Amino acid sequence: MLKLKSPYEIKELQLCLEASETARPCISVCDGSGCKASGADNVIKSLRAELDKRGLQGTIDLKSTGCHGFCEKGPVMIVWPEKVFYNGVSLSDAKDIVNSVSNGHKPVERLLYKDPATGERILHEHDVPFYARQQRILFGNNGKLDPKDIRDYIKVGGYSALGKALTDFSPEQVVEAVKRSGLRGRGGAGFPTGVKWEALRNSAVRPRYIVCNADEGDPGAFMDRSLLEGNPHSVIEGIIIGAYALEAKEAYVYVRAEYPLAVEHLTVAIQQAEKAGLLGDNILGSKMSFRIHLVQGAGAFVCGEETALLASIEGRVGEPHPRPPYPVQKGLWGKPTVINNVKTWASVPVIINKGADWYASIGTERSKGTMVFSLVGKINNTGLVEVPMGITLREMIYEIGGGIPKGKKLKAIQIGGPSGGCIPASMIDLPIDYEALTQAGSMMGSGGMVVMDEDTCMVDVARYFMEFLEEESCGKCFPCREGTQQMKGILNRIAQGKGEESDLELLDDAGWMIKETSLCGLGQTAPNPVLSTLRYFRDEYEAHIRDKKCPAKVCRELIVYQIDETICDGCHACVRVCASEAILGEKDKAHEIESAKCIKCGACLEVCQPKAVLVH
Amino acid sequence: MPTLTINGIEVQVEKGTTVLEAARFLGIPIPTLCHDDGLVPYGACRLCLVEVSNGRKQTLQASCCLPAEDGLKVLTHSARVERARRLLVEMYVAVCPSSKRIQDMASAMGVRQVRYQAKHETCIQCGLCVRTCEQQMMAGAIGFSGRGLNRSVSRPFDMTSELCRQCGACLYVCPVCESRCQGPQAESTLCNGCLNISTVCFQSYDNAMCFLEPCHACEIGGPFRADVQVKPRSKDFTRIGEK
Amino acid sequence: MPQVEMEKVEPLLEQFEDQRINLIPILQEVQDTYRYLPQEVLKRISRKLRVPLTEVYQVATFYRCFSLVPRGKHVVQVCLGTACHVRGAPRVLDRMLRDLKLAGPGTTPDLQFTVETVRCIGCCGLAPVARVDNANTHPHLTQAKVGGLLKKYQEKAEAPKAAKPDEASHAKA
Repeated sequence: MLKLKSPYEIKELQLCLEASETARPCISVCDGSGCKASGADNVIKSLRAELDKRGLQGTIDLKSTGCHGFCEKGPVMIVWPEKVFYNGVSLSDAKDIVNSVSNGHKPVERLLYKDPATGERILHEHDVPFYARQQRILFGNNGKLDPKDIRDYIKVGGYSALGKALTDFSPEQVVEAVKRSGLRGRGGAGFPTGVKWEALRNSAVRPRYIVCNADEGDPGAFMDRSLLEGNPHSVIEGIIIGAYALEAKEAYVYVRAEYPLAVEHLTVAIQQAEKAGLLGDNILGSKMSFRIHLVQGAGAFVCGEETALLASIEGRVGEPHPRPPYPVQKGLWGKPTVINNVKTWASVPVIINKGADWYASIGTERSKGTMVFSLVGKINNTGLVEVPMGITLREMIYEIGGGIPKGKKLKAIQIGGPSGGCIPASMIDLPIDYEALTQAGSMMGSGGMVVMDEDTCMVDVARYFMEFLEEESCGKCFPCREGTQQMKGILNRIAQGKGEESDLELLDDAGWMIKETSLCGLGQTAPNPVLSTLRYFRDEYEAHIRDKKCPAKVCRELIVYQIDETICDGCHACVRVCASEAILGEKDKAHEIESAKCIKCGACLEVCQPKAVLVH
Repeated sequence: MPTLTINGIEVQVEKGTTVLEAARFLGIPIPTLCHDDGLVPYGACRLCLVEVSNGRKQTLQASCCLPAEDGLKVLTHSARVERARRLLVEMYVAVCPSSKRIQDMASAMGVRQVRYQAKHETCIQCGLCVRTCEQQMMAGAIGFSGRGLNRSVSRPFDMTSELCRQCGACLYVCPVCESRCQGPQAESTLCNGCLNISTVCFQSYDNAMCFLEPCHACEIGGPFRADVQVKPRSKDFTRIGEK
Repeated sequence: MPQVEMEKVEPLLEQFEDQRINLIPILQEVQDTYRYLPQEVLKRISRKLRVPLTEVYQVATFYRCFSLVPRGKHVVQVCLGTACHVRGAPRVLDRMLRDLKLAGPGTTPDLQFTVETVRCIGCCGLAPVARVDNANTHPHLTQAKVGGLLKKYQEKAEAPKAAKPDEASHAKA
């Protein structure tokens, strides 16, 4: 690709690419991590083989794109120009798909999305209920473009915001626009981005650095990964605009080690942007020079905390240091540094292109724009969801998420990962914004939303998070290191039926103390999962302590497995999977579980067809 | 020169002073375990927390790392701070009950029970030894290793370091290696021993001035606390707060 | 502990400038090359980058990606993210450990497998999942599927030995 020498050349190139677009049909298959795991690579291979076999390579295009967000139904694909949406595609479907595309585009009925409510087949992606309520301003392009091709991004209007910023805006005006848009940090804490940028501009110290925080560690959240995999250029464009506004010369993108595909796509994207003259010296013919470095994390949750992340970039252990001084005062190598999340950076081009007022018109009074959630757990439609701020949990779960599987009852929604809390089903009409969630004892966090049904034990969930935090606490400050261990110990005791009444008060006290005294954000939010479950599900804790019962039948020490002799058909399936040889009985006769040997692994429950295994 | 308010007293300090230094300059005692004047502040023990208000909201901040700034309003012993410190020390006692310094703090702060499981560790990872070795002795023979619950002070590969001169500075600065009165094998987690001792000096010398630093027995039952009855030394010696 | 092939280190170090910022990338390269961080190599890195050994050691023991003992041929990462947890990942992990006769996450004595837990690899829609060798993600795991998964890689691990005579005969032909 030729080097672009002025902002106008971006526009020219875009028009050029648009004009060169042919009416050729195109099969674009999602090749994000989710669909890959469901076998998208093989589907692409077989489609290519099928096209080759019929000599159709020149007449039908095949493209692998970024994540569509609907991971549950993967692999998914869209056939252009009709925009036919197929889901759950497998190897053997390649032939039928190619057939339909080459013979008058009659859709393959069985691969279309089936609305579980009406049983109707739905042709287009945007009509699927999962997408109907969404407003995809960040993720909308993911399914349209090949993340490894910069031209695809430019064709849909990419880098036009950069051109606009360089020609129509002064750096101060960019900061002003971001400030006016009401954009708040999408990493979790929700600090106003414009205010942060302004603080940096007020500092006279040079050089200034920019950091993009892509160390997405919250379990149950994967939107940053998806964006970096599917549309890396949108993030890069945001960072370049930021560099123009903040007069920075260098940026670091810190990507989590667990995301190899995101690293690969981002590396390619940075190289392409350099070749196109969008990075490097004299960007688009201006005097601005700017470079982006990619830094790979090495596996530490705490590095998502900004001061720990900076330490990690510098080649030290990711242990936070107290703020103030804040990174905008003293960041990388003691120089002023702005750190923002992936989605924050990707929102910047949108704000420049569509205007701050347009952006501010979306959302609630204090939380503007759209937020991306990963809707996972016990829910029918798992995947990534981009919605305007202020949408209620009910809409999220029942309209977008399609409700709870197997007709179970909703119990709680865990928002914000280990820093967040559980919101009970009774608060389902809560509008989602930064303030409302904090008030409810949770927090926005990075937007992981794990849905829990009646089979989830809240004590077990609290214990799970404490165990997570105990491992992931860096260990520098005393309350976080020791407090998480002690709290996990107490929860363990309760889950084993050895809890005492006074333990609940102790949990409250310890939680308050850790929150108040810890050094960094990790510790200050660490007790949230426990405190919020204590607040809303105290009866469940009490059941564990007083009655020695686990109402959800999860905690191993408090349950017993049994086989209902009247239902058991003696198929022997459970005997084969039993890890501890605890199931007795001859074939075709009712079996029995020897409880002394049973290790309560639940394997028999999984395989039993007639549902004869009971848990008490 | 920034001017800040500590417990209602306005104080002007030189730029670069920390809130801890400013408070100590005013004679306000703030407990610490990981602070030493000759070392770079670390902010790990969290005992030096103070309540800071910046106009909008009050937060607890470690005073050892907090630079004194103009207009800062600091409370060193508010109810919130006291409660946080007391709960912290309770956990400290559980982790390292063999340390005299921690037991003394517990007595002084009114920790009368320890509800956590005792861990009997010998190190609280305050990092004083590591920083002394690096910053004062210029050796860097010891450091931290691991993360979270596996973190510890160690030498690389657990082998004797060529850099160690066996100067003993690490031992000298360690805040917790001095054993409590009853020794490390004491049955109870919490000592509170001195609370059961009646104030000898007060009873023997009546109102005579004592120039020594008051012991906890004195603070609890001494002349400064008229509301508390001086407890005579009893024969059946029971500790308070132990089940 | 196996003999360390030090000759691989220098060319590897040549790729990087002697700057502190490169410490973690270098350690990542070393980890990829040796499947662990040998003591001698860490000492060499410390001298070359002029970073105190205590700090190199601290970094090497802090991050999850690094290991001071050799890892197995296949690294199985069982995801224990929230979504996987509520959908039964702990049971899958237990099963895998039992099958491999491991007491906890770690490496089998024959250095075939290393079982690790990882907190979310971002495939929550397909929970519970495990990823093998940082590339192949196995979705919707159950206890019953664990045996097959391990067997697949066990066979792969032994396959090269069986394939060798074939290759040799190809070469001759």
